[in-house]
Order: sequence, then C-alpha cells, then structure tokens
Amino acid sequence: MLRDAFLVCEKDLRIELKSKIIFNQVLPFGMVVMLLFGLAIGKFDSNSLVTASGSLSNGGALKSAAAGLFWIAVMLSAVIGVQRSFAIENQDQARDALRLSALDPAGIFLGKAGALLFQLVVLEVIIAFGAVFLFGMHIATVWFFCLAAFLATLSLVAVGVVYGALTSGARTKETLLPLLFFPVIAPVLLSATKACEAAIAGTPSSGMIWIEVLLAFAFCYLALGTVAFGPLLEE
Amino acid sequence: MSEVNFAAIPQVFSKRAETATKIIGVLALLSLIATVWLGLFVTPPDQFMGNLVRLLYVHPPIAWVMFVAYGVAFLSTLLYLWPRTRDLRFDRLAGASSEVGVIFTGLTLLSGSIWGRPTWGTWWTWDPLLTTTALLFVMYLGYLALRRLPGDPETRAKRSAIGGLVAFIDVPIVYFSVLWWKSLHQAPTVLDPVTGKTYIHGSMAYTLLLGFVAFTLLYVYFVAKRYRLERLKYLYDRVLLDEAIQERKREAADFKAYGADKKSLVPTAFAENGPALGDARFFGTEEESVVGGGEAGR
Repeated sequence: MLRDAFLVCEKDLRIELKSKIIFNQVLPFGMVVMLLFGLAIGKFDSNSLVTASGSLSNGGALKSAAAGLFWIAVMLSAVIGVQRSFAIENQDQARDALRLSALDPAGIFLGKAGALLFQLVVLEVIIAFGAVFLFGMHIATVWFFCLAAFLATLSLVAVGVVYGALTSGARTKETLLPLLFFPVIAPVLLSATKACEAAIAGTPSSGMIWIEVLLAFAFCYLALGTVAFGPLLEE
Repeated sequence: MSEVNFAAIPQVFSKRAETATKIIGVLALLSLIATVWLGLFVTPPDQFMGNLVRLLYVHPPIAWVMFVAYGVAFLSTLLYLWPRTRDLRFDRLAGASSEVGVIFTGLTLLSGSIWGRPTWGTWWTWDPLLTTTALLFVMYLGYLALRRLPGDPETRAKRSAIGGLVAFIDVPIVYFSVLWWKSLHQAPTVLDPVTGKTYIHGSMAYTLLLGFVAFTLLYVYFVAKRYRLERLKYLYDRVLLDEAIQERKREAADFKAYGADKKSLVPTAFAENGPALGDARFFGTEEESVVGGGEAGR
C-alpha cells in the first residue's frame, strides 16, 4: 500500500514538475486573494502610517485577522489544487488506467493526498511569507505555527481527495466541489486559525486543544478516505 | 404530449401502506391545526416572554424533526453501506429523509432567528448549536446536490452514501470545536435558550406535546411521499429505458426488411406513426427531418 502510495505521489509530483500548473496558476491565485484581502479590509490611513514608536503600521484590522485570512487564502487555493489533482486523472482516461493498474485503492488515495500535501505545504510557505510581508503578521512561535499548518493541511487534503474523487466524474464538478468541501472543512478553518493565533501570540499551550481537534479531524478523514476510496474508484 | 395514464402508475406501496400514509397525512393536518389553535388562542402568554412564548410550540418540534430526519438518513446510509443490508430502498430513504431534514433545518434557523431577535436582541449569535445547524444546512444542501448528479442508481447510491458519511462525521467535530472556541474566547453573554422553557405546565405542556406529535406526523407523511416519488422515478427511468430498447429493436428489424430494396430509409412503423412515444428523446432531429421531408434550415 505504501509503495503504491509512493508511486502515485511521485507520478503526480512529476506531472506538476512538467506542467507547473500549481506553481504558475494556483500560487499566483493565492497571492491575488491576499492582495484582495488587503484592499477589502485593510484600513490605510496616512496619518496612522507612522505609529507612536516610529515604526510603520500595516493597518490593525489586517494584522489582527492575519491568521484567518491566511487560512482562507490557503483553502481557496486548496480547492483549486484538488480540482487540478483530479483534472490530471480525467485527461486521456488516466482514471481508467489507474483502475487497471492493480494499485491498492488505499495507496492511490494516500498517494494523491501526499502529492497534494506536498504542493500545498510549499504554497503555504509562500503565502505565509505574503502574510508576514503584506499584513505585518509576526509569528512568535514558528514551530507551533508549522505544526498547526501541517496538521490542518493534512485534514484539507484528506477531505479534498475524497470529495475530489466523488465529484471528478460529474459534469458539474467545478461548482459542486466547493459546495461540498467548504462546509466540511469549517472546523479545520476554525481550529487552524485559533492554533496559528496562539503561535503568533507565542502561547503554544493555549493552542494545544486546537492541535487536538486538527489531529482528530485528520485521523478521521484519512481513515475514511483509505477505506472508502476503493468503492469510489469503481464508479 | 399524451395525457398521464393514472392506471399505469405502478404500485409502490401496498394498498394498506397507501391508506396508512393517507391517514397519517390527515392526522398531521388535523394536529397541526389543533397546535395552531391551541398555541395562538388557548394557551396563556408567558410570565417572562409574553406572547413570544408561542414560538415554543413551533421551534422545538421543528428542530426535533430535523434531528430525527438526519438520524434516519444517517442510519439508512449506514445500512446501505453495510454489504449485508445493501439495498436501494435504504438509499431512497436516506435521500427522502435528508431532503425533509434540509427543509426543517431551514425552518429551524428561520424560526430560531425570529425568536432570537426579541428575546436575545439579535438575529444571530455564534453559539455552538446555531453555528452547527447553519453548517449542517449548507452541508446537506451539498449532499442533495450530490444526489442529483446523473449516473446509474447503484453508482449514485454509493456516491451519495460516502458523501453523506463524510458530512455526518463532521457534525460532532463542528459542534465541539465551536463549543471550545466560545468557551475559550467569550463568556456566554446571551440568554440561554432553555430559560424560555422554565415552568411549563397545563395547557402549555399539552400544546407543546401536540406540536411534537404534529410535526413528527408531518415528517413521516413527507418522507413516505418523497420515498414513493423516488421509487416512481426509478421505475420510470427503467421503463423508459426498456421501451427505448424495444423500440430500437423494432426499428432495426424494419430497417432490415426495407433495406433490401433500398426504396426508403424510413422504417414502416416509424413512417406511419411518427416518432414512437411522441418523444423526440429517442430519435434525433436528423431522423425527424427525414420524416418531415427534410425541412432545410430548421
């Protein structure tokens, strides 16, 4: 199963390396979203530009909401990433080839999730720099931020790959996937935001409960995906 | 188009079940009327909430039906997924129940907001129950959209069952995460909804009980009707497919018979009667234009 997962993961990453769709399209999309947040809720007043301490201010609303905005940008990018991940399989009947390959369905699930996880983590690093740069987000406890981000991404890809497979055959997949995906990952958004806020504040202990929620969520959906992916591919 | 031939509609339920459904429908209607009458005219206004208390006879029963509906949907989903009890009937029941559930979730949110505005002073609060209910609403709207995707019945059932399971697992996680969020970051400032329910007795208790019975009967009636409709749709699709196959076979036979002398490409049955079933679905426009003498530019 793990060998199969590795093969599928390698295949997806190789395709990405050649096509660079995530890098050239999804990543810029994430950056656009970050800029739009700045325009929508950033309060930019030339009088408050220089604060009392003499340093530049990036606007309080953006800074205080930075963790949440970061995660909204990641989730919007993630749904496109999931669509891309299954667009690969819809081309040239690759999906049928995958079914004929006698690979373990659980392995296929883990492989696709793994490839998406890797791509999203890279994307998150860049978007996080964007948040630091644009919103003035300062992360006090970096390791805790990374831990929360990793677990949350694991949850995102687990749900994303299940729903991606569920809708990939449908003609209305572009519209249906976000409708299915976003309500289910609502607790991930909440927990990831709260955990990252704890990391930004430098108080990891107050964010531990959210790490637990993220762990439980990731575990549930990875288990469900591993079990349910076989029947899903049979369609 | 041809008229609906009512005699040809197949029997989905037994005669007894049909009668039972009708009786439940009548009882639901009568008990609803009684609830409205008791709730609006007979019961006294509440000591604290005044006339607002009358929402008590509507809102909790609707919310109760919502829980029952999702519970039934979840159980039938599990029964469908379990290989030994796999049956399209459970899929239909899950579909029917969750559809009614979504309607009642919408009504719960609506009646809750109407109640919340005068009692809590706000239409909406990020209370765990409210937030979970709202997410449940959108989640199951997605589930219903998933059910509407085309496909053969077995595939659709399997797909919906897995989708439903993903959504259902989420409900407790959503609830607890919002609960912790609130308890960590904000002291409960709004009134507890339970305070409105203190000291119910006499006519109020009876009316509330009647409300529960009335809405539960309504739920059963809706689900029975919806289930019947799903079954009919299934049969309709199957019958149409069978008819189409038969028609195609006849057509092929006609082509064979007429193809020998190459006089006409139009089969006899087709030329005499026009498109069978009066439906262009089985015959493309090309064939129709052959019959119509090739109306160019149509």
